[in-house]
Amino acid sequence: MKKTEEGTARQEPNRADWDRIAAGEQFQDLLAIKKIFIVPAFVFFLVYFVGLSVLVGYAPKLASTRVIGTINLAYLFALSEFVVGWVIAALYLLASARFDALTKDILATLDGRRGGK
Amino acid sequence: MSISLAVFLAFVASTLGITYWAAKRSYGASAYFAAGRRITAWQNGFAVAGDFISAASFLGTVGLIALQGLDGFLYSVGGFAGFVTILLVIAEPLRNTGKYTMGDVLAYRLKARPVRALAALSTLTTATFYMIAQMVGAGALVTLLLADSGISYNIAVVGVGVLMMVYVIFGGMLATTWVQIIKAILLTACAVILTVLVLRRFHFGLLEFFAATSQVAYHHNEQRVVSDFLQPGLRYHPPHGPLDLISLSLIFAFGTAGLPHVLVKFYTVPDAKTARKSVVWAMILIGSFYVMTSILGLGATVLVGPDYIITHGGTNMAGPMLARALAGDVFFAVVSAVAFATILAVVAGLTISASTSFAHDFWTNVIHHGIERRPGESVLVARLSALAVGAVSILIALALGPASNVGILATFGMAVAASANFPVLVLSIFWRRFNTAGAVTALTVGLLATIGLIVAGPNFMGIDPPNATGTARHLIQARPWFPFENVGIFSVPLGFLASLLGTLFSKEPQAEAKFNELIVRANTGLGAERATAH
Repeated sequence: MKKTEEGTARQEPNRADWDRIAAGEQFQDLLAIKKIFIVPAFVFFLVYFVGLSVLVGYAPKLASTRVIGTINLAYLFALSEFVVGWVIAALYLLASARFDALTKDILATLDGRRGGK
Repeated sequence: MSISLAVFLAFVASTLGITYWAAKRSYGASAYFAAGRRITAWQNGFAVAGDFISAASFLGTVGLIALQGLDGFLYSVGGFAGFVTILLVIAEPLRNTGKYTMGDVLAYRLKARPVRALAALSTLTTATFYMIAQMVGAGALVTLLLADSGISYNIAVVGVGVLMMVYVIFGGMLATTWVQIIKAILLTACAVILTVLVLRRFHFGLLEFFAATSQVAYHHNEQRVVSDFLQPGLRYHPPHGPLDLISLSLIFAFGTAGLPHVLVKFYTVPDAKTARKSVVWAMILIGSFYVMTSILGLGATVLVGPDYIITHGGTNMAGPMLARALAGDVFFAVVSAVAFATILAVVAGLTISASTSFAHDFWTNVIHHGIERRPGESVLVARLSALAVGAVSILIALALGPASNVGILATFGMAVAASANFPVLVLSIFWRRFNTAGAVTALTVGLLATIGLIVAGPNFMGIDPPNATGTARHLIQARPWFPFENVGIFSVPLGFLASLLGTLFSKEPQAEAKFNELIVRANTGLGAERATAH
């Protein structure tokens, strides 16, 4: 048997299908719940990340304040970017379990409708 | 035979073995361009790390930290930061809506031919900047390392180029991915060993280590100075320094998420969920690596010394020289060989992304309206263009010779990605009103503005003293028109502004009507490309 390149399990939806799913309550919920996490998380990270450059660039004296031994605020701030990035990643993985569940529901509804036809 | 040559040859032998194995299981376009979409989350995480951590990081950034301390470390922070953007904004929608390239995502609801043509152009530009950085890194390594083994800069560049072509042409994405995974493991292991060796010199006392980095003596303009290398200002100082830094962070935050060779990796996994997990794997690896670069760079400052680094091989060689200072010639050889492997893995990734974009976006979709005239045509064209990309980059690298810091060269590519690729990608996924005119203006303006500002800036323009020769001389002997090294603070907003204006001054009901389809696909994975069956 010849190998198939790519197979789609579901029948390809048409324009009306797409519009109906997009307008559906379940899908709107999914978007809303994603937005609640992603927008604040991304904006926070951007501000925190650009904040490092602002501190280092505009307040070099403050950034050079030694905190532990000769280790200064600038270096600790820079290291904290990694920690913040990892924490956001961990939280996103947790939150995404919810996204996946909602997505599954949407696809199940869709299949159910198809099956009922 | 020197030890470094032996280590390097061992790497080459095993990667060629992988290429042979990959070539045998490579049927069809999806296998060639996207490894059959069967790469697992951890594998892809390692491959992304291997793809992204380039000579620019291992050689360039460590060198920048060694000579400019904290200011250099900001390059490391930036390299990591871009992955937060990829995780939250790009990876999953990209996987769900595209097939092989960034152009696929754009072509979903915009007019395919103009956006694909420009996306291919922008991809090739980004890849070329990056490629030059890698090749120059390879050259610098050889000049320092293999000078007495009879291998010249030219032979090494041709060697790297030919190997990369072999991986890509015969092994496609699958071979490239495994080369990158192996390289990521080797590089991480090297960085861990080096970090431990540095800290051992200071009895594993971090305070003791940083006390040493707080008073480093070196010569600047023939004056002896003592600096605290954790203090900011060694690279970026007033009046333009602060804005230049913010500019740099914009380039990193958005540019990484627009790098074509990083984006293609998310097509190699079965679904968006795996893509997401693989970004997190990559963040763990890349983050840990970049944290270690601060110890490596500052370790080189203290244990090798800025004066010695500048006079013995220059900024790109701080890492390998640190290895020699810590553990002698054998380890130096191993580290240099791993740096070589790094370069190979990255150039392979660049080549496959550039040739995929040329074959899939430009050849098949722009010239032939999306129709493959005979089966396997796009793969054939991709293989031929990999050959061309390899040949051209060998020639450029031979013409350039060992030049300026490779960390900075790579940020040029990233600036194009941040100002052209990122705006169109994000707006096309998130803004209903966005249309073809917006994408075309954004890609054109982003690309031209970035290159124009870089050429008009202090990297290309400057008045040198008469005794500066060769690569130390600026290309254009005049005062720079544009004061910043990093153009992001202008070019990124320009890219977004251009897309906004282009969109608002035109109407494209069709693009708006297809937005529902795109957003459903992007968020649910409905109708997304599947992994090939076993």
